[in-house]
Amino acid sequence: MAYVAVKGGQEAIGESLKRLEYERLKKGRTIETRAIESGLQGLIDQVMSEASLYDEALAALAIKQAQGNPEEVVFLLRAFRSTLPRKYYSRTVESHEMALTRRISASFKDIPGGQILGASPDYSHRLIDFDLKREEADPFIPKRWLKAYLKEIEENEVWETPLKYPKVMDYLRREGLMATYEADETEPEDVTKEALKFPSKRSQRLQILTRGQTGAVTALGYASLRGYGSVHPTVGELRVGELPITIDPPFSEETGEEEAYYIGSIRVTEVESIIPRAVKTPSGDYEEELDLGYGICYGQNETKAIAMSILDRCLEEPGEAPTHDEEFVLYHVDSVEATGFISHLKLPHYVTFQSKLDSVRKTKKGGETQ
Amino acid sequence: MPEVTQEKVLVVKNLTKQFGEGCEKCRKNPEVLIRNYCPHCQTIYATREVSFDLYRGEILGIVGESGSGKSTLVRTLYFDQEASAGEAFLNDYGEGRADILKVSSQQKRYLRDYLLGMVYQNPFLGLKMKFSALSNVAEKLIAAGGRHVGTMTQRAHDLLDVVTIEDYRRKDAPENFSGGMQQRVQIAKALSNNPPVLFLDEVTTGLDLSVQANVLDLIKEIQRDLGISMVIVSHDLGVIRMLADRTLVMLDGRVIETGLTDQILEDPQHPYTQKLVQSLL
Amino acid sequence: MKNAYNFAFFDEGSKKEIRRATLKAVAIPGYQVPFASREMPIARGWGTGGLQVTLSLINQGDVIKVIDQGTDESVNAVSIKNLIQKTTGVDSTIDTGKATVVQSRHRIPEEPLREEQIIVLQVPMPEPLRFVESSEYKTKRLHGDGEYSGAWLVLFEKIMKFGKMTGGAAHPVYVHDRYVMSPSPIPKYDNPRLDHSEGIQLFGAGREKKIYAIPPYTKVVSLAFDDYPFEVENQEGRVCHLCGATDVFFDELEDELTHEVYYQCNDSSYCLKRLNQGGGDNA
Repeated sequence: MAYVAVKGGQEAIGESLKRLEYERLKKGRTIETRAIESGLQGLIDQVMSEASLYDEALAALAIKQAQGNPEEVVFLLRAFRSTLPRKYYSRTVESHEMALTRRISASFKDIPGGQILGASPDYSHRLIDFDLKREEADPFIPKRWLKAYLKEIEENEVWETPLKYPKVMDYLRREGLMATYEADETEPEDVTKEALKFPSKRSQRLQILTRGQTGAVTALGYASLRGYGSVHPTVGELRVGELPITIDPPFSEETGEEEAYYIGSIRVTEVESIIPRAVKTPSGDYEEELDLGYGICYGQNETKAIAMSILDRCLEEPGEAPTHDEEFVLYHVDSVEATGFISHLKLPHYVTFQSKLDSVRKTKKGGETQ
Repeated sequence: MPEVTQEKVLVVKNLTKQFGEGCEKCRKNPEVLIRNYCPHCQTIYATREVSFDLYRGEILGIVGESGSGKSTLVRTLYFDQEASAGEAFLNDYGEGRADILKVSSQQKRYLRDYLLGMVYQNPFLGLKMKFSALSNVAEKLIAAGGRHVGTMTQRAHDLLDVVTIEDYRRKDAPENFSGGMQQRVQIAKALSNNPPVLFLDEVTTGLDLSVQANVLDLIKEIQRDLGISMVIVSHDLGVIRMLADRTLVMLDGRVIETGLTDQILEDPQHPYTQKLVQSLL
Repeated sequence: MKNAYNFAFFDEGSKKEIRRATLKAVAIPGYQVPFASREMPIARGWGTGGLQVTLSLINQGDVIKVIDQGTDESVNAVSIKNLIQKTTGVDSTIDTGKATVVQSRHRIPEEPLREEQIIVLQVPMPEPLRFVESSEYKTKRLHGDGEYSGAWLVLFEKIMKFGKMTGGAAHPVYVHDRYVMSPSPIPKYDNPRLDHSEGIQLFGAGREKKIYAIPPYTKVVSLAFDDYPFEVENQEGRVCHLCGATDVFFDELEDELTHEVYYQCNDSSYCLKRLNQGGGDNA
C-alpha cells in the first residue's frame, strides 16, 4: 500500500466556509440587496470610496456577502475591480459642474447662493430613536411621513432641481488672496496601473488618499490637525452632489464637449480647505497667503474628504511631522494593504519561527566575541 | 609635531554653494546682495568662490560667525550638500587631477568611505544612535569593504582606546552616552579608515567647558600621533587658536582673510577679523 | 450578476503588465522591479505577489504545486491552489518533480529544481535594507550605488551583541555580485539552494508592489564575514521519524504524552515520496 497525502487542509477550509455560511443564515432571515441599497447608503458610500469602484448595486451585493464588515466588503470590490479591463477613460470632470444637494462654507457666513444644509446628521442629536422600531410593525408610518413631506415641499414651492453654483474659492481667487496655479493638464498617473515611486506626483497622492481607508485617513488628518503637522485649515467649501461623467465617442476622431456621451453620474463629496501659509515676497519679507487643500471621494463621506484635504496640503509642504512624510502617509492608508498584512499574522509561521528558535538557542549556548 | 610638508592633500578652487537660482541682478552685480542674500530673487549665497589648499599634516582652521558659510563649505566637500560651482582635488584620488565634486554618487561614497572623515557638531548626524559604539566605528570599515570581524573589531577597540571609551561601554549604543562621549565615538569613527583628510565641524560647540578641553586635547593628540590633515570649523577663535596652524576667516560666504593663525591673531587686517580678535582678548 | 472571469483571473492587459515587470526582473537579477500590484481575491500579505506572478505566466498545459511552510496541505496553500485551479483549470500536483510552476511561502522544496521549472516565492518584505533605512526613496538610491554597508552592519552588530551572526529566516544574499536581495523568509537552510539553481526563481511582493528574480545558473551568495561564515540552522543529529531522512529541514514536534521531541521532514511531499520509494523505517 502506498502512502498518501493527508487532505486535512482541504477539508478544514471546506468546513470553515460552511460554518461561515451557517453564521450568515442561522437566524433565519437574510437581507435583500434592495434593502441594503435603500437603508445602508452610508456604508455603501464608504465602501465604494475605499474600493474606488462606483457601483451601488455591486456594493450592496458585496455588503450582503461580507455580512456588513466594511474591510471584507472593500476587499471583495477591489478584487473584482482587478479583473475589469479599462475600456474607456472619461473626459475630465469639472467639479463646478456639480449638481449640489448640500453645500456649506465654514469661512463665510454668507456665500452667494447661500449655505445649503441638505441631508446631514450634523445637527441631529445622537439619541437612539426607539420609535424606529415602530415603523417595522407598521409599514404605513414611513409612507405617511413621506407623503406629508412631499406635500410640504410642493406647498412651499421648493424646487427639487439640482443647483449649480460657482465655488467659494473663486471669490478669494479673484481678490488675489489665494495662491493661484496654472491648470495642470498633464495626464494623471493611474496608481492601479503603475507602481508608485518617490517623490510622488500630486495625482498619485490624491488617488491614494481618496481610496484610503476612512478611519486611517481620518486618523492621520486628525493627527495633523491636533499637533503632528503644521497645517491649520478652514473648510472653504464642502459640497455634496452629482457629477456628470462623459466619454468621447469611441472609434471616432471627433472629440470635444459637443460630441461626448453622457454615461451617468456619480455622487461625491468635495472639500476645498483654505490653509494659510507664509510666503516670502521679493522684498524678503514674509506675507500670508491662502493655499488650498483638496479632498474628494465617492459618496457622502464628509469627514474623510476633509481629512484628505488636510493631508493633501501636508504632503505639499515640507514638515517634520509624519503627516508630511509622503511614504508614511501613502504607504499606510490603504484598507486592503493594511488589513491584509495585519491579518497575515494569522498564517502559520513555523518555518521562520523554527529558524528564529535555532538562532536563539545558539546564542543561549553562549559564545561571546573574542 | 609632525612635519607640515609642502605637499597639498586637498585643493579647493572657487567653491560656490547657493540656495536659489540667482537672477540677472545678483549674478552680474554682487553688490546688490545684502550680505549674502539677493533681495530680488531670494537666493542665498552660502559660500562664494572659496579657494584654499590643505597641506599634508596641517590643521587648517575656518572661523566665522554662524551663517558665514563655514559649515556649508565642509559639508559640500564631504558631499552632504551638492556644490553649485567650483572644483576640488584630493591628492590621493585620481592622481590629484579628478574634480571630486563632479564624480558619480558611487565615487563620492568611495571617497567618503576611504579618503575622508567627518565629525559633526550634532552627533546624530555622524552616528547610528541605536548601534553599539563598536559597530559605529566599524561601519566605515565595512563600507570600505571590510569583511573580517576580528580585524575590524580590533581596529575599533584600538580607536576607542585612543578616544578613551571604557571597555565595558563599547557594546552599548551611543544613544545612552553623554554628549562628550558621543563626540569621542564620532571621532573614533571618523578616524577608522585612517583618512588623509578629516573635517571637524564645530565639534566642541554645546559641550561643557571641561569636556570641550578634553575633546580639543584629543584632537591635538590625534593630529600629532597620526599626522592626519584636518579642516576644523569653529565660530570660536579660542578653539582655532589652540588647534590651527593656518586660518581662513569667513564672512557672508567669502574668505576675507587668510594666513598663519598666529599672524592673524597678532595683526588682523580686515575690520571684522579685528573685532573677532578683540573679543577674544 | 454572475460573472465569468477571464482565464487566470486577470484581464489580459493586467497580465501583460505583470509579465513585463517579470521579464525585467529576470534581466536584472536581484533588482526589485516596481509593478502596479492588483488587488486579489486573497488578502495582501497572504501571497498576492506570488499569486500575481503565477497567474500572469500560467498556461493551459501547466501543472501547479502550491506549498506553505513546506506543505501542500497547509490551509493557505490549499486556498491559493484552489483559486489558481478555479480560474485556470490547470492540473495540480504535490510532486515537486512533476510541477511546472511551484508557488511557495517560506520554503524551497528539498528536491532540486530542473531547468524547465519555475518557482514563485511569496514575499512579505522585499527590501533587505528596510531595517536600516525606512524610506523607500533612500533605499532605492542605496541599491543604485551598491551601498550595502547597512546590511552588513546589522550582521556585525549582532555579532557584537550576541557573539554570533544570529537572525532567522530571510538572511540577505548577494545576487550576481551586484544586488543585495532578501530571499523572502526562507530558512537559512534553503539559502544555498538559490545559488546556481537550474530553475527560474521568481519573487513576488504584492503589498509592497515589487517583483524580483534569480535567473537560472546565477551566482547567489549569502552575506557573511570571513571569520564568521554563513551558517544554516542546526539540523545535526536529527532524523525524520517517518522516512528516516537526515539531510533536510525539519519540523520540531513534541510528543503530547512523553514530551519527547521528535523530528519530521518539513517538506511533506518529499517525505511522502521517500516513504513510497521504500525509504524510512515504517515503510
